[in-house]
Amino acid sequence: MSTSIQRYTERERMNHWVIAILFFLAGLSGLAFFHPSMYWLTNLFGGGAWTRILHPFLGVLMFMSFFGLMTKLWHHNKITDADKKWLAAVSENLTGHEEGLQDVGRYNGGQKVLFWVTVVCTFLLLVTGVMFWQPWFADSFPIGLRRIAAPLHALSAAVLILGTIVHIYAAIWIKGSIRAMSRGTVSAAWARKHHPAWYREMTRNS
Amino acid sequence: MGLQTLDLKQRSATTTPSPQAKSNVTEVAKLIDVSKCIGCKACQVACSEWNDLKEEIGFNHGTYDNPRDLTENSWTVMRFSEVEMKEGEEARLEWLIRKDGCMHCADPGCLKACPAPGAIVQYANGIVDFNQESCIGCGNCITGCPFNVPRISQKDSKAYKCSLCSDRVSVGLEPACVKTCPTGAISFGSKEDMTDLAEERVVDLVERGYKTAGLYDPKGVGGTHVMYVLKHADQPMLYAGLPADPSVAFSVELWKGGLKPLALLGMGAAMLGGLLHYLKVGPNDADAEEKEKEAS
Amino acid sequence: MTNHWTDIKNADVVLIMGGNAAEAHPCGFKWVTEAKHHNKAKLVVVDPRFTRSAAMSDYYAPIRVGTDIAFLGGIINYLLANDKIQHEYVKAYTNASFVVNASYKCEDGIFCGYDEAKRKYDNKDWAYELDKDGFAVVDETMQHERCVMQIIKRHYSRYTPEMVETICGTPKAAFLKVCEMIATTSRPDRVMTIMYALGWTQHSQGSQMIRTGAMVQLLLGNIGLAGGGMNALRGHSNIQGLTDLGLLSNLLPGYMTLPGQSEQKIEDYLAKRALKPLRPNQMSYWQNYPKFFVSFQKAWWGKAATAENQWAYDYLPKLDKGYDVLQAFEMMHQGKINGYLCQGFNPVASFPNKAKIVGALSKLKFLVIIDPLATETSEFWQNFGPYNDVKPEEIQTEVLRLPSTCFAEEDGSLTNSGRWLQWHWKGAEPPGEAKADPEIMAEIFTRVRALYQKDQGAFPDPIVNLTWPYRNPKFPSPEELAMEFSGKALADVTDPKDPTKVLAKAGEQVAGFAQLRDDGSTSCGCWIYSGSWTQAGNQMARRDNADPFGIGQTLNWAWAWPANRRILYNRASADPAGKPWNAKRKLVAWTGEKWAGSDIPDMRPDAKPEEGVGPFIMTAEGVAKLFVPSGMVDGPLPEHYEPFESPLATNPLNPKNAKAFANPAARVFKGDMEQFGKPDKFPYAATTYRLTEHFHYWTKHVHDNAVAQPQQFVEIGEELAAAKGIRNGDKVRVTSNRGKIETVAVVTKRIRTITCDGKKVFQVGIPIHWGFKGVAQRGYIANTLTPFVGDANTQTPEFKAFTVNIEKA
Repeated sequence: MSTSIQRYTERERMNHWVIAILFFLAGLSGLAFFHPSMYWLTNLFGGGAWTRILHPFLGVLMFMSFFGLMTKLWHHNKITDADKKWLAAVSENLTGHEEGLQDVGRYNGGQKVLFWVTVVCTFLLLVTGVMFWQPWFADSFPIGLRRIAAPLHALSAAVLILGTIVHIYAAIWIKGSIRAMSRGTVSAAWARKHHPAWYREMTRNS
Repeated sequence: MGLQTLDLKQRSATTTPSPQAKSNVTEVAKLIDVSKCIGCKACQVACSEWNDLKEEIGFNHGTYDNPRDLTENSWTVMRFSEVEMKEGEEARLEWLIRKDGCMHCADPGCLKACPAPGAIVQYANGIVDFNQESCIGCGNCITGCPFNVPRISQKDSKAYKCSLCSDRVSVGLEPACVKTCPTGAISFGSKEDMTDLAEERVVDLVERGYKTAGLYDPKGVGGTHVMYVLKHADQPMLYAGLPADPSVAFSVELWKGGLKPLALLGMGAAMLGGLLHYLKVGPNDADAEEKEKEAS
Repeated sequence: MTNHWTDIKNADVVLIMGGNAAEAHPCGFKWVTEAKHHNKAKLVVVDPRFTRSAAMSDYYAPIRVGTDIAFLGGIINYLLANDKIQHEYVKAYTNASFVVNASYKCEDGIFCGYDEAKRKYDNKDWAYELDKDGFAVVDETMQHERCVMQIIKRHYSRYTPEMVETICGTPKAAFLKVCEMIATTSRPDRVMTIMYALGWTQHSQGSQMIRTGAMVQLLLGNIGLAGGGMNALRGHSNIQGLTDLGLLSNLLPGYMTLPGQSEQKIEDYLAKRALKPLRPNQMSYWQNYPKFFVSFQKAWWGKAATAENQWAYDYLPKLDKGYDVLQAFEMMHQGKINGYLCQGFNPVASFPNKAKIVGALSKLKFLVIIDPLATETSEFWQNFGPYNDVKPEEIQTEVLRLPSTCFAEEDGSLTNSGRWLQWHWKGAEPPGEAKADPEIMAEIFTRVRALYQKDQGAFPDPIVNLTWPYRNPKFPSPEELAMEFSGKALADVTDPKDPTKVLAKAGEQVAGFAQLRDDGSTSCGCWIYSGSWTQAGNQMARRDNADPFGIGQTLNWAWAWPANRRILYNRASADPAGKPWNAKRKLVAWTGEKWAGSDIPDMRPDAKPEEGVGPFIMTAEGVAKLFVPSGMVDGPLPEHYEPFESPLATNPLNPKNAKAFANPAARVFKGDMEQFGKPDKFPYAATTYRLTEHFHYWTKHVHDNAVAQPQQFVEIGEELAAAKGIRNGDKVRVTSNRGKIETVAVVTKRIRTITCDGKKVFQVGIPIHWGFKGVAQRGYIANTLTPFVGDANTQTPEFKAFTVNIEKA
């Protein structure tokens, strides 16, 4: 009963935290330009110009590391009927009464939606970001496209940040989750409660 | 950017108003009468001389346009368009020549788009100026500009454009291009006077058969402090693609207007929501629950 | 210019033809924009290309290169046929009423007196019929069949609108529209200005083109009026000064001329030039020629010029023929000139048939270049790949470069197109070893003089006796030179009406040319500049732009020759009774006692109108000459001839007379005639021209100009481009019978296809400005293509009309 179940490999955990760090760096450097009230964040990066220089590199690195994790996880994130049920009962879930409502696998519907939102936003951030990346690529794109790319970039970032806030809060709220990304394991109880189908799968042979 | 003797109306990436008390300043304007412009490029040369700019020597690409486009070293360029206007049965050839450069919008898209506080300012007299000291080289001013005017230098990653010679204007001189224009095609003065002069010119042009002559002072950007007298004011696009109805791109407005505070609010709300949720629902602790269950 | 730049603002109609003022004279063009803005003036542009001037025009008409006489002759025909002339003016102020000799005739485009072998005219049969007093016979009714009016009517009746269309390719409707606009100024109160430049002068019949323009202006009554005139836009800022000071091989300062070989005696020389009046009461101002000439000789040779030695007349060379630049290079090419001092001139780039010029320079023993820049001429012996493909090892010419200053590095005066002498002050020190031109010339002269003093020689007198009164003999100052040109009294000059009254004491500057004497008591380097530096000081340095009459007559701004007069022939701005044709534009009027107004009267101040003194005081007739009995070597009336290279096989005006194809009196050197291209191989009409971004071959050395127009190009119309598969920006090869250039094509709507004599004619525009020295992209010398022939009267090369072929490179 106090058995631990392996949820993430060491490599996946390393990858995640690299993404997390890059997300924070890219995010904070991006937020510095997002709104004047955030401009002070440029001080963290050595001033405005350095923040402008670093931000796209951080973004690209974040994308690359995210891409690595994504290729490992995407097949766990196919939306199933169970996920739709989970999503339909989202308010129940949010009060913590998820038991028996759905037969959740490795990831629940909310996690999957968040996964795909993150994928879309990260790709959008990369593509739109390159379009106005000064001084390397911006001049290769027509001005009309750049005018669309810039707000789309900001929008994707905002959505990604919102998603990440949810992601972090969920990790804080659902006790035992952080352990999955720090030590790589979860308790059986955690798995039984939140991901019963996955629990069954993981314990079938033991 | 010129001498710091002009009072500011607004500055980029600044959410609080600039000092407003000394705002009783006459708005200035440069009027470019294309019907008098011979495209001699003296203004181009005067601009580079006054501002100590040195453009590269290029090549001929089959047009008179040289340099081919605005650059960080060419803040104004002549654009030549050969246009055949229908006149009854006949087509009448016109060689339209337009001096391109910053329009100094009353509602400047560049300033709106700029994330660096004070990198772009608008003086009380209407001049929009770049302060390269504060510029971070992001290029948002380019995307924000409805006329596609600012250019980023490959050398220093700073944005440049016509300053309307704010340094000269601040000490009572006209911009260098105005001073040098040999035919009197460029005038400089108060916006009111320039509008009056334009009216006079339009009357003359209409008398000469240009029925659609008019002043180009587009309302979409709140009017401009660089205005054109056009022979064909109904078709500004004829003049090397001068936008007919320019405005700060909706996407830019959205991005710099409502979207960002809203997004920030959203982020804040999400965090606050999480906190409230936690306070209300408490932790979702499977282990504790099982222990509890077992205990009971 | 008969008028001046500022005065253009007074025009009602501006005709720009044979020039492109907006392109080549942007600062002067301001006055056209002023006339349009404030005077409701209409701008008419006639040009082979739709130019920058055309872009500013109210009406534009195309024309084939080199056919301006046909166009203007057509206008004369239109004005006469439709009675659109200023009758009173024509009658009183032109020679329309003069009767010409019975022996005069013009047949099939050739005037009487032609010697085909010599390609020269004898003009004796072009003279007026004279009465027993030696005055010309006139018929005030202008009905006499041999009077000038009738001769002109007959001569130009052939220049119908249809003929204009045939020759010029100008659609008839466009031609008639131009005629209508121009004809509005036949009213006494309306006036037109004509602005022309090298587009008229650089033709084998250039002088006659300008004359045709002047005839149009005379018929309309537009000469001598504010806002009118014949206005030559001079290309260099001081080229007016160059001709004023006689820097042409056959001239002396002030448009005096060098004697010819037959004029060995001063009496013969002066008699021919001191014109006697051809009508009663006329001033015939050249009667004063001896005063100007003797004063000039005194300026040059001082005490050595005495009454006894006929004012050193023998010191002057006597010409056996013209020694213009074409002649000089022809002789150099033949090996007959072997040393050449080239000062402020770049003949390799500026003169026709570059191959011939480089070949000629290669035969020299020495070449001295006095120039601020390293020019194509100073580097002609170096190989610059295809741009100058010579073998330096085979060229033995020793080239010496003497760097000189630019105008802004010295004090001095510049004479503008409007004859204003404006003093300017040094703005910067010259760089490096550069010396001012007077210093260089003085260094050379004093050394040469020392050699003559030491070794004597065949005839050392003109050199050793030359007046050299400068404080520093090695560097005459601009002030000293300017004072010398203006002139001074050598002995007291007294009033002829009152010998007790001293007008100028010995040693004082004279007040003007009226004080010059032919007794050796005055000296003056250039009589028309007399008065520019008086006892009161430097008049050229005046800077008061007050305009009391509001018509741009700023008499206290700088100084204009002659006598500070701003508009020549201004007496003609008033009717014969002395009342201005248009009170709003008053120049001078008869007050009842004298002539006065906004300008210095071009008239004896006390000449009562009833005396009938004509306004054209320099002519022996007192009136302007529509028909010129003498003075033009190629005919008393302008006649259309084809350029020596034409896309047409015959002259449509005289198709059967091969003699009248091209100007029959133009000089053509042996070997050059064979080098003219024929339409079968070179079917396209070409013309060279300048661009506003550059000044000649100088500014390709200047970074900012090179940025504005970096690379050589040629302009062709869309139809020719399509036929030849040439796209905008493609590399093309342009060839004439003398060479080729390779450059970028600008395909444009601004050069349209025209139809001449039933044949489609394509025109090719070739801007000059590029070469193999400077900071702009390297290019071919445009004059590689141009023909080695000049205007019959002035020998100005025919740069504006020749033929080429073009193909994709």
